[in-house]
Amino acid sequence: MYEKDGERYFVVDSHMHYWNAAPDNWVPGAEQYAKGWIECFHAYQSLGPPETHWPIEKFQSYTEDDLMKDVFEDGHVDVAVFQPTYLTEWYKEGFNTTERNAALGAKHPGKFIANTRWDPRDGDDGLKKLADNVDQFGSIGVKLYTAEWNNGSRGWTLKDPGAYRYLERCQELGIKNIHVHKGPTIWPLDKDAFDVSDVDHAATDFPELNFIVEHVGLPRIEDFCFMATQEPNVYAGLSVVIGGLMHARPKFFAKVMGELLFWVGEDKMTFGSDYGIWEPKWQVEGFVDWDYPSDEFSDYPRVTTATKKKILGLNAARLYGIDVPAQFRLDADQGTPAARDAAVGVSAESPAAAGA
Amino acid sequence: MTSAIGSRTLLEALGEVRDPELDEPITVLGFVASAEISGDGEAVVHLRLPTYFCAPNFAYLMVADAYDAVSVVDGVRRTEVVLDDHFAADVINDGVAARAGFVGSFAGEAVAELDGLRADFLRKAVLAGTDQVCRPLVDAGFTPADLARLTMGEVPASPGLERLRRRRAELGLPHADGAPLLIDPGSGRPIESDEVPLQLRKARVTRISLDANTGICRGMLRHRYTTDGQGEEDR
Repeated sequence: MYEKDGERYFVVDSHMHYWNAAPDNWVPGAEQYAKGWIECFHAYQSLGPPETHWPIEKFQSYTEDDLMKDVFEDGHVDVAVFQPTYLTEWYKEGFNTTERNAALGAKHPGKFIANTRWDPRDGDDGLKKLADNVDQFGSIGVKLYTAEWNNGSRGWTLKDPGAYRYLERCQELGIKNIHVHKGPTIWPLDKDAFDVSDVDHAATDFPELNFIVEHVGLPRIEDFCFMATQEPNVYAGLSVVIGGLMHARPKFFAKVMGELLFWVGEDKMTFGSDYGIWEPKWQVEGFVDWDYPSDEFSDYPRVTTATKKKILGLNAARLYGIDVPAQFRLDADQGTPAARDAAVGVSAESPAAAGA
Repeated sequence: MTSAIGSRTLLEALGEVRDPELDEPITVLGFVASAEISGDGEAVVHLRLPTYFCAPNFAYLMVADAYDAVSVVDGVRRTEVVLDDHFAADVINDGVAARAGFVGSFAGEAVAELDGLRADFLRKAVLAGTDQVCRPLVDAGFTPADLARLTMGEVPASPGLERLRRRRAELGLPHADGAPLLIDPGSGRPIESDEVPLQLRKARVTRISLDANTGICRGMLRHRYTTDGQGEEDR
């Protein structure tokens, strides 16, 4: 919970991690990838305020105490959603598994939601594992990383027939939320690995599922915006947007936020700190204080207190069925968080149609 | 022995090589770690990127384009372009040196060369460049109907206009003075006045996306390397 100027914000961190990237977890023979991956993450941290930077040793394996203090005690977060990333070709126990996350979550009831994951290249075994994880950890969301390396393959897309089997199984198992994260490789390598058009197909064919595109498709924000405005069940995950731009590139941050509010809308945007890349404290506090810096932004949708309440927590709370205490909810005339029809189609009803 | 004059010429040649994704010269972005030519005409260029995991297809294009640009510089008898600190550096460096093409370099992992990928990103560059040229016109009061009627030759000369013209030419799209300012970057057909507002919105978000990505890449590169690249400019 964060309170500023008499307003109270319920904070859901919808995209965060508890990883172990220390050298003793590196797979022999793949050390250069394990090292390269965590150093790349560490470079992202450098885009935040200097006083929040960590030395690489801490960054490789922060502790449970670090996490609880940074996220909940100092970071204003009420509920945090663990998003696993396996990378088992590079990290012996995995980088950030469902099991590791859930074990921490079990010690702190009510604080965490443990999402799980799947990889269509794991076939029938993976389908069984998915069902087991849902049963064991109560997962209603999954994190998909399409650039994961798996037995010589450099990645996959949501259009693959194998992926459709898993999406069907997700619906049967009661999974609601599919968080999609693109990376630099795919099969075949000559295609743009960051392309988000596969999400468009899956979102159309699986209307009961919500697709939260993390990092708003960065580095393909424009493709994400064109796609998201066509699909009622596509959401914008703001991890990296706030962490990577708000401090380092405030003018671009304002423009990106303006575009997202225009194309996608405030009901479809969710805050994620991407902890341990960035601590949530400065992101939450900075975002509550944030507004467009000048008149140059006058043709973008306005940012209100209700906008910030939705983005920081109420939208994700709705997607995950989190009970929000009455004091944090919106007034009746401030809209419905996570409303599916908020930004659909470049038609007369859509804010994206203004002036068109 | 290194020739300073030779290095400057190399740098000029490398200034024509762009990051196809960010649409900026690799020199300006700080990606050229070093560029040297020895007295007997051996050119050695080292490139560096913002992360160890930058997309291998774009990395390959930059190394291959750098090789081609350096090879034709006067006095260069042998060219070596080395990508440093990248997960696929060996495959890319060896493949480019052997003129193996992308499919040949990444055997089994790629099914086509990268012309399609390059064209996709040139189309994005055309959209972003359209915003750069049109934004001042919109601010000056040009209506959608005005913009739909405007030709390239009627727009006041500017570096942005020349850049847009060059990108359109590379794609084989109309780019002479008589060509419409607003065209679909895929088909080249003119944009009708009722389509103009949405086209401008798309152009703007494309430019903002490019700028935001460039900002993040520059920040990551700065964390990774403390020294400036050859020809780096802070934009």
